[in-house]
Amino acid sequence: MWYHKPVINEELLQSLPNLKIVASSGVGIDHLDLSLLSSYGVKVSNTPFVVSTDTADLGMALILASSRRLVEGYQMAVSPDTEYFPADWLGAEVSGATLGIVGMGTIGYKVAERAKAFEMKILYHNRNQRNKEEESAVGAIYCKKIDDLLQQSDFVLLSVNLTPQTHKLIGKRELELMKPTATLINISRGLVVDQDALVGALQNKVIKAAALDVTYPEPLPRDHPLLKLKSVIITPHIGSATKKTRHLMMENMTESIQAGLRGLPIPNEVI
Amino acid sequence: RPTIDRELLESLPNLKVIGNSGVGVDHLDLKMISDFGVKVTNTPHAVADPTADIGVALMLASARRLVEGCQIAVSPDTKYFAVDWLGVEVTKATLGIIGMGRIGYKVAQRARAFDMRILYHNRNQRRKEEEEAVGAHYCKKMEDLLQQSDFVMLVVNLTPETHKLIGKKELGLMKPTATLINISRGAVIDQDALVEALQNKVIRAAALDVTYPEPLPRDHPLLKLNNIIITPHIGTATVQALCTMAEEAIANMLAVLNGQPIPSEV
Repeated sequence: MWYHKPVINEELLQSLPNLKIVASSGVGIDHLDLSLLSSYGVKVSNTPFVVSTDTADLGMALILASSRRLVEGYQMAVSPDTEYFPADWLGAEVSGATLGIVGMGTIGYKVAERAKAFEMKILYHNRNQRNKEEESAVGAIYCKKIDDLLQQSDFVLLSVNLTPQTHKLIGKRELELMKPTATLINISRGLVVDQDALVGALQNKVIKAAALDVTYPEPLPRDHPLLKLKSVIITPHIGSATKKTRHLMMENMTESIQAGLRGLPIPNEVI
Repeated sequence: RPTIDRELLESLPNLKVIGNSGVGVDHLDLKMISDFGVKVTNTPHAVADPTADIGVALMLASARRLVEGCQIAVSPDTKYFAVDWLGVEVTKATLGIIGMGRIGYKVAQRARAFDMRILYHNRNQRRKEEEEAVGAHYCKKMEDLLQQSDFVMLVVNLTPETHKLIGKKELGLMKPTATLINISRGAVIDQDALVEALQNKVIRAAALDVTYPEPLPRDHPLLKLNNIIITPHIGTATVQALCTMAEEAIANMLAVLNGQPIPSEV
């Protein structure tokens, strides 16, 4: 299945008595009711590792684009009204800034590897601390309390999966703990952020900017306030949208399906 | 600004030094200025990090079609996000850096973290340790770099030798899936040849922080193409860079006025 379609509910499962496996594209499985599927004896697979580098790349792309005001700059460069480029039009430096990674799984760690090359100071918050070698390889400092990360970061990047624990992880309180010069980057799931609180925070300049590859829903309603804010970049959930990765995802899904149909151990099975 | 011409120099007989903010000096007639006994300094250190950052920003934005994506995300006509809307990978792709000076090398350092294969072309080959530190392979012939690269990034200074360095022939040597990124000077590229190459899909896309002139005339064909990103020469447009460029320029100028060794004399 792609992009949460079709919706897997009781009705659908009852109409497909011979269904053996649902192979879901991407790593997120928040759109699937796992206990419902399990009760029908249907197995589930995802494509966890192939999406990692592309998603990390997009995370860095959003950090850079937001900080250097790339989209605004492009609009100025092509606008029919532009007569000259103003000398006082400035963005903020990425090199040497502090990046706080919330969710240091496979994707979060790859973001850290990339950010290190920009001499960024890297803080991270995770359910569990990574081991010492992993931390020193990227120069990442563990923040047991998310508040410490929020208060010190110039960029806060969300790369957690969506679970009941991470639902609205970033709300009004968390946004207010962030620096007023900070940028929030979301490459996880829209629901990890309290969107109404985010709108308020951006409108009142509680934080400087946001860059979101994911929202809730996708796409947002066309009259949503997030679409009107100058300080927001939104991309249409393209974290894994490259030719090679999509091809690998399809290969993975096919392997899982074939194994599932043959009753063999399923690669990338979600338990 | 101001334009340094004969008239200006004649009106400033006590002028000792022109402290340029930024590293490029292609806008200065160095011979004429030298004839007046005036020194010229630039700020090569302050520009390096932010310009390397913009180079990588443009490479990522172009590959992942970030600007187009934003337009789709906010367009009043968007009803759903198409599943078959794709960009190209940056991780593990091949980056060819033309001009491996201070800025080019910092681009290589960043690209290495994306597991990119790095080729470079330069007047002189870098030392072995420098090459190994970033995993860069020297291409003595620029043609070899052009033929193998998925991303070609121009990081040379503008001189008579690099003027129109990339023309029809060079674009023709590039892969049809390749992206050209320019963070050097607009005149390093033959812009008419680039327009044609992009229109005929000889290369996949371009991302330019610099053009000739800046800004381009509003009816220029480059502004109409959908496989190009242009930014308004913002390589050093950060709050921090503005400060460090000013500091570096002042330090240079004071050194001249005090008769001390000059950090960055051109």
